[in-house]
Amino acid sequence: MSEIIKKNLSELIDLIKKKEIKSEELANLYINKVNKSKKLNSYITTCFEHTIQKSKEFDKKPNLNSLLPGVPLAVKDLFCTNGFKTTAGSKMLENFIPQYESTVTENLWKEGAILLGKLNCDEYAMGSSNETSYFGNVINPIAKDTVPGGSSGGSASALAADLTPATIGTDTGGSIRQPASFTGTVGLKPTYGLCSRWGIVAFASSLDQAGPMTKSVKDCSIMLEAMAGFDKKDSTSIEKKKENYSKNLKTDIKGLKIGIPKEYRVENMPKEIDELWNKGKSILKDLGADIIDISLPHTKYALPTYYIVAPAEASSNLARYDGVKYGYRSSKGNDLIEMYENTRSEGFGDEVKRRILIGTYVLSSGYYDAYYLKAQKVRQLIKKDFDENFGKVDAILTPSTPSSAFKIGEKTNDPISMYLNDIFTVPVNLAGLPAISVPAGLDKKGYPLGLQLIGKTLDEQNILNVAYAFEKNCNFKNEIKNWWL
Amino acid sequence: MSIDKDKIKHISKLARISIDSNKSDSLAKDLTSIFKFIEQLNELNTDKVEPLSSILNTPLRSREDKINDGKIRDKVLENSPKKNEEFFVVPKVIE
Repeated sequence: MSEIIKKNLSELIDLIKKKEIKSEELANLYINKVNKSKKLNSYITTCFEHTIQKSKEFDKKPNLNSLLPGVPLAVKDLFCTNGFKTTAGSKMLENFIPQYESTVTENLWKEGAILLGKLNCDEYAMGSSNETSYFGNVINPIAKDTVPGGSSGGSASALAADLTPATIGTDTGGSIRQPASFTGTVGLKPTYGLCSRWGIVAFASSLDQAGPMTKSVKDCSIMLEAMAGFDKKDSTSIEKKKENYSKNLKTDIKGLKIGIPKEYRVENMPKEIDELWNKGKSILKDLGADIIDISLPHTKYALPTYYIVAPAEASSNLARYDGVKYGYRSSKGNDLIEMYENTRSEGFGDEVKRRILIGTYVLSSGYYDAYYLKAQKVRQLIKKDFDENFGKVDAILTPSTPSSAFKIGEKTNDPISMYLNDIFTVPVNLAGLPAISVPAGLDKKGYPLGLQLIGKTLDEQNILNVAYAFEKNCNFKNEIKNWWL
Repeated sequence: MSIDKDKIKHISKLARISIDSNKSDSLAKDLTSIFKFIEQLNELNTDKVEPLSSILNTPLRSREDKINDGKIRDKVLENSPKKNEEFFVVPKVIE
């Protein structure tokens, strides 16, 4: 197997720019390995004819000034791709072929990237292990019986297994950062509004954000730069100038104040995670940062708040799947209402139905104040916790997840234990902040663990810089042995 | 809040999802434990807290009420499970 595809995105871009490799050659290397890696089940759809055609076109007239010149990329199957099936991991959209392109993917193609295929994910991005996908479990290349995390599980698995040089996911409660942590890769959830949501299959609109998943922090800055930008088609898109994250990346973090929230030291957290957190603190301290203890008192209420807000928004977003305009339609039922009920019963999987029912209930007459309004109030308190502390610190360091990758089937019978995976990532979505997960070490099983850096609103550059400095001094090495080939 | 079979029937009707009766017991059990988890929020006094309805500091933008696309009927119909020329087809609604 070629050594070239093990390289980071930024190294591949250099090779293309120096004309040491052609786009078509690179595409063929990935296609070759994807074809041999079906066991991982990380791809739902491939479009290799398109990839080769586009890479040939690129090689004929290469634009080497773009950010992603002729780079083949696979994306999470939640981004609508014009003319290519977009399933959201659901039977409901098994045969759905969008007639338009999502803004974020369009931005990648404008920068020279070429679509390789669509990556598996939890159904409608609802899950933390990729086990809710209608298209089957995804395997973590770390070890054959482990989950890659979720919901961007196919993205994380494909990236770690060198089946794409970089990728994009979406993060509603941790769906980029948790799988990044589980696979020893870098994942960033941008500030709410930095990347357009237009053309992304909606889960919870006040929380959803697209973001990059990469092998290095530098790669992450390149991808973010390519994806981000104002879009008038998304009413919550932030109007601001484009930033050059990759050019402005630096390792000098002297004098930066890094907060350590005591509430993130949760009960039953494995000792290894605590040790890793301490390692992170001492690396940043040695680089000249000030480590400051802080308190985010409402942290424990973030998950219960999330499990009201996210299902409520999901229940209204998913009301559109009625078997009329697009998607699956049941053949059973004597009238329109029965057709709706059967379509939604047969088309959605168990976890999606569970969340639609929770959401419907918390929004229903007589319960709205007790649940939904209450959750919006607590969300305010969670946001205030961060606002108050960002007067005192520049970034916050926490573990990314309360454990390393777990076994397939280990948590599927207990929804709450599955939800607890996102305990460190969910508060960030509720507050709309940017956060990045960087690989930090291996546990005793040899499975990767990540640390999370949380930043102020639109302070992506700062957390990228801290992560970059951390990465350079941490010496993390992913140990993936290609056992599935 | 404990969720029983009747409540499941009521919510699933509102959500337009038919639930197999042999699945509603386990669903009721799951939802009960999720609501127990959610109800931790009741420990907090939020009487004087403003609900957060948008994370953005600026109000949502509005646009002029002007047609900015159109002539995409075929694209709109492209993915419909059942169509007849330029119409979506649904089961009979009016007797």
